[in-house]
Amino acid sequence: MEPINWHTFFFLLFSLLAVVFAVAVVVASNVVRMAFYLIMSLGAAAGLFFLAGADFVGAMQLMIYVGGTLVLLIFGVMLTAQGPFISMKTRGGDWILAALLAGILLALLIPAAFSVPAWRNRATPEYLAGVRERPATSAPLAMGLVGARVDRLAEADANRREGMAGYLLPFEIVSVHLLVVLVGAAYLARTKRRATAERRLL
Amino acid sequence: MAAYFDQFVPSWLAYLAAALVHAFLLLNVVAVGALVFIWAERKVSGRIQDRLGPTRVGGKFGWLQSLADGIKLISKEDTMPAGADRLLFRAAPYISLCASLCAYLALPFSDGWVALPVDVGVFFILAVMGLEVFGVILGGYASASKWSLFGAMREAAQVVSYEVPMGLCVVVPVLIAGQLDLVKIGQMQGGLFTNWLILHDPLIFCTFWVYFTCATASVNRAPFDLAEAESELVAGFHTEYSGLRWSIFFMAEYGSMFAVSGLAAILFFGGWNGPLPVTHWLGLTAENGALAGYLGNFLGMLNFIGKATLGVVFMMWVRWTLPRLRIDQVMKTCLKYCTPLAAVFFLGAVAWTYYLPGVDVRSRPLGMHYQRWWEEAAEGAAESERPGTMAAAAKPSLASFVRSQPQVVEP
Repeated sequence: MEPINWHTFFFLLFSLLAVVFAVAVVVASNVVRMAFYLIMSLGAAAGLFFLAGADFVGAMQLMIYVGGTLVLLIFGVMLTAQGPFISMKTRGGDWILAALLAGILLALLIPAAFSVPAWRNRATPEYLAGVRERPATSAPLAMGLVGARVDRLAEADANRREGMAGYLLPFEIVSVHLLVVLVGAAYLARTKRRATAERRLL
Repeated sequence: MAAYFDQFVPSWLAYLAAALVHAFLLLNVVAVGALVFIWAERKVSGRIQDRLGPTRVGGKFGWLQSLADGIKLISKEDTMPAGADRLLFRAAPYISLCASLCAYLALPFSDGWVALPVDVGVFFILAVMGLEVFGVILGGYASASKWSLFGAMREAAQVVSYEVPMGLCVVVPVLIAGQLDLVKIGQMQGGLFTNWLILHDPLIFCTFWVYFTCATASVNRAPFDLAEAESELVAGFHTEYSGLRWSIFFMAEYGSMFAVSGLAAILFFGGWNGPLPVTHWLGLTAENGALAGYLGNFLGMLNFIGKATLGVVFMMWVRWTLPRLRIDQVMKTCLKYCTPLAAVFFLGAVAWTYYLPGVDVRSRPLGMHYQRWWEEAAEGAAESERPGTMAAAAKPSLASFVRSQPQVVEP
């Protein structure tokens, strides 16, 4: 019998799950079901991270996107729902617009992914054995986020060793951006006191 | 384990067999654990309410009661409300159970006995346990019943809130250990019980109680079982569930109870390292051969399971002693007490380890702390009449013990 490469098998399985449920999110009309499909899709993406040996990123994906964002999403749907099962109908114009945007993004991402020479022909058994011997840890990534590219310290070229400030600036920009969004959300969602309503009560 | 099977069968089959063995063992921990805990819950509640609990099924103490319950549940009709969202209603119990089971993937039962050695084990378990709430929310929503929906909404609000202080509490032992790897955190606490992290400083001692409160709330147990408050909501989120689907929800609940207690046992109570280093006295370490190491690990596993079970029994004791809180009291407990307390303990633990380092667990070679005391005991025993067992115990030297690396089970 043909030997099975479990790594490839699980990669295909998780990718298939992620893609199928992502399509289901788009096609479904019930909001809570959409959220459920999104859980499965994001969970499968987390599985892909675990498969790549990026445990921290995978757990992060589960905790923030699946465990945090989606719980709040479902919670919001349940709080605001008017009827028992709300369904959303998408109009034809929205479909075209969404397909156009998604198509542009896809057209951008696929050439970008395939243009990296280092990402080609990696799934050989020798390479995978090497991955198993030297599992990647989250430490270099975390150090990169707080401003030190420890993975670049061994770089021979002095020019490339410069500019190793890491990802501190983008990280901070994203954090401040999130803070702005939070403040904005709190402003929009605050209880608006209506003078008229109070007068009516009196 | 896959490497072992690889000697006999083709490589792809070896991985499959190893995965199946792990999955089978973990599934049984949850399933058999649930059976035992449901029986224990009945006995504990019986004792607390001054009655006997089950006495007849299976002879003494009614120890087969859970099995009888199981057979009853299997034979029950599987009903579903007419207005239910059929797909989500069916899927919900399995989502809960999957999340609860996944937590066991990264939970080490003994030194290196872990199905999936992830270097961010604590984080993985917290992330996966947070997903259990989906089963409850989706089940409550899909039932198309107002009681279920109320229960699910309470659960969502409660679990999302309590994840914050629980995460803060878990960070404290992680901070002291400097590790997210549960196996290494467990190894650091080897030896006498004074090495347990809960006795590291007074702040972490207080942190444990906050952690346990939040853990009880996050696994939806009384006094925080608002989601199934039977005095107000019929049965909360599982009002419309019956038979086996209902029992799967309960398997998930008992599974997560054991998982959070096990996490507490590793983070605060030394994991598989007993109050006394008995396995080292007996020489049951990996240096004295594979069999001795295996036996030592097995005793460690029993120790760990015992500690986690104690945690579960403690939860039962709390459940049958305290009255259920109101939803506003639950939120108040979380936001006004647990979260600030956890934050203060966290900052305090940071300051404590900075200004009063004392015994730094990180600089201590694994398990070395008790060695002097243990060597004294071994020397005292060497002079006595019984060289047989104790001489074997004296063999592993300090250096060899420090060198010993955990045997990590292949995923």
